[in-house]
Parts: sequence; structure tokens; C-alpha cells
Amino acid sequence: MQRSLDEVLSELPFFDGLDREALELIAGCGRNVAVAEGEYLFRSGADADSFYVLRHGSVALDLFVPARGSMLIETIDEGEVIGWSWLFPPYLWHFDARAVTPVRATAFDGACLRAKCDADPAFGYDLMGRFAQVLIDRLQATRLRLLDIYGLGRSR
Amino acid sequence: MTPLPFRVVDRRQDTADTWTLTFEALVGERPTIEPGQFMMVYVFGVGEVPISVSGPPRRPGPVVLTVRAVGAVTQAICASAPGSVLGLRGPFGNSWPIERAADGDVVVVAGGIGLAPLRPVVLWTLDHLADYGTVSVLYGARTPADLLYTAQLADWRRDLAVEVTVDAAEPDWRGHVGVVPKLIDGAIFSPEATTAFVCGPEIMMHFAVEALLARGVTPARIMLSMERDMRCGVGLCGHCQLGPTLICRDGPVYSQEELAPWLEVREL
Repeated sequence: MQRSLDEVLSELPFFDGLDREALELIAGCGRNVAVAEGEYLFRSGADADSFYVLRHGSVALDLFVPARGSMLIETIDEGEVIGWSWLFPPYLWHFDARAVTPVRATAFDGACLRAKCDADPAFGYDLMGRFAQVLIDRLQATRLRLLDIYGLGRSR
Repeated sequence: MTPLPFRVVDRRQDTADTWTLTFEALVGERPTIEPGQFMMVYVFGVGEVPISVSGPPRRPGPVVLTVRAVGAVTQAICASAPGSVLGLRGPFGNSWPIERAADGDVVVVAGGIGLAPLRPVVLWTLDHLADYGTVSVLYGARTPADLLYTAQLADWRRDLAVEVTVDAAEPDWRGHVGVVPKLIDGAIFSPEATTAFVCGPEIMMHFAVEALLARGVTPARIMLSMERDMRCGVGLCGHCQLGPTLICRDGPVYSQEELAPWLEVREL
């Protein structure tokens, strides 16, 4: 039996604790997508009109650096969220998102969700809180990597 | 306290700055080493350093040490070709509680050279798979070129859940890019019956502990291997004091429950 999208979303950590009504609101802006290995979910500079929750597979965030080529910045795995550029102007992607493996994800229409957030501030506040947590986690992880912890050694 | 002569019988390069050396005792009995214990390694005329044993535990035989060349002594150890004779004392310290972890899941969390002291745990669980639930090995390094035991990691994947992450990689890298604690979020284990063995840079262990606690692993079952300035190895000199404990004598393995009061004291 095919399950509805809001049922699928209720099992993803990002949507933990959301009530049925909120899940239905979000599911109304979502659609399932499949991306083949090596293909892109989005490319740097393109319109950031959505975000993705990975249900299966891994995605690499790449940044093109002139004279150096593509640099792999981070990998995003099953259950995680990709994309917050849809939240703020100018709504453009800053990285390439490349499927490292075959990927199944749910894509959410940014304009659709922003409209629902504006119409229902309590819902919008909840959703922004969830994205803030993702941002904090990524920022902390980036700070940890900036420390170059494995390079620190005792000189004996 | 007197180093005994050991001959280097094998030396393999793991990474640009890390080597695994195998030593045979020239006198006395072959030592039996518990997982997590360390040896004091003396390069005559250069100095002495503590090095964790990375070989299979509880087998009287050669001593296997993985050494990262970061200073004069460790560079001299890594440069010791087969046939060289070095002085070894030990084994010292307590051990990873591998028996207490039996019947539950095991999560091995390693960062950088921290995989070396945990390798005996991995080898033990591989030899005793029936005694454990799911065994996960979560390992982080700076780059793919800095990963230790790469061939063995592939072998371990046959029986264990092995996940590797690096801080930086070229686009053709197919593993994770990110910090080790993130791997904990995605690992499959039953927190209430899980023992975690953690070793790596202290700041990495700090965030790994946070992630393990968030998953519900109890502080008494999160085991950490600590490093301080160990000199004598037998609790006499006091260089490795951490709060009320001497790491060379009472450690290097402690539970998070034991260490928590001391890890946040800035003066320590």
C-alpha cells in the first residue's frame, strides 16, 4: 500500500514532533525526487527554489574554485536536510549538490512554504527553529574542522 | 623501570608521517598486553615516549606499535629500520573493558592516530563476534591520505559497520566529509546496551561524548583513552596528573562518568 507523503515525513528526524496538521501543510509543498549518481540536485548560482530531505543516499556539496576546480566541502547523508538558500533573498544556491550515490529525496517548494509560513506565523516559527538547529549543527561542525584537530600533535 | 632491548622486525608505512613497527623481545618473556595499554619506547641517546599498543591483545608475542612522527623521539622511532634495537618498558596502564561490553552493541569512535589504541578492541571483537551485538567503527581523519590501516578497514567492513569521514577530500572521494561526531548520529546501535570506546584529540572526544550522550548512551559506558605528559609510566613522577588521578597508573582508559568533573577544569 502506498503511504502518503506526510506519513513518510513523520518518520524523518527533521520533522520530529510536528503534528498531523503541520505535516500535511509541509507535504502539500513536497514531491519525491530521484537523482542518479553523479547528477546534481542543484548548481551554484541557480535559483534556490526548494530544499531537500534525503531519504536515501549521500550528496556532496561542492564549490567551484577558479584555477583549482571543484572542492568537496561536506557530505550530507540519509535523514539530513540540504538547502537553506530558499529562505532568504536573493534565493540563489551557493554550492553544487552532487549525488555521490543514487539518491531518493523529498523536495519542498520554497515559495509555497514561505507563503504558508507567512500565513501561519506559529507554523513558520516552528519551521524556522528547525532550520536554525540545522544551521547551528553545521556551523559547529565547520568550526571543529577549522581547528584542524588532527594536525595538533605533541612534539615528542 | 629499566628498558629492555627489543629488535624491530618489521616496519610498514601507514601514511606520510605514521609507521607501524613490530618489535621482538631480545631478553625475557614476550609480554602479554591488554587492549588499551601502552609501552614506554626509548630511543637510545634521543629520549623516551609513551606509545599505545596497536597489535592484537592478550597474545604473547611481538609488540606492535603505530607511531606518528611529530617530534625528535617519534621521528627516530619511525626511522628505525628492521634490525634496529630500541628499549621498551611496559606494558603500562589499564585497559579497555572489552568483557563488560559483551552482549551489547559496541561503538568504536576514533580520530586520527586515535585508531591505533582502539585497533586491539576491533581485533578482539572480530575474534569474538558472537559475544557482541552490532559493532560500529566510526573513524575520522584529516584527509583520505591520512587514514590508517586502509586495507584493514576494507576487511573489517565484512563483519563490522565501518564508517569513515575526513575533514577535506577531492571530489572523487566516496566517503563522508565532515566531523566524526556526525557519524554517531547515523550509526545503528541500541543506546541502553551500548559501550562506546573513544580515542582521538581531546576536543574531538568532547564532541563525540556529546553526540553519544544525546543518543542515550550512559556516561558509565562511554570509555575514553586519555593522553597527558606521561614520563615514568608507573605513577611516580606526577607529570600525567589529571585531577586526583595519574593517567599512566590509573588510566589511560576512564569512563565519561569518572572524567566529567575534571575535563572542564581549565587549569588541568
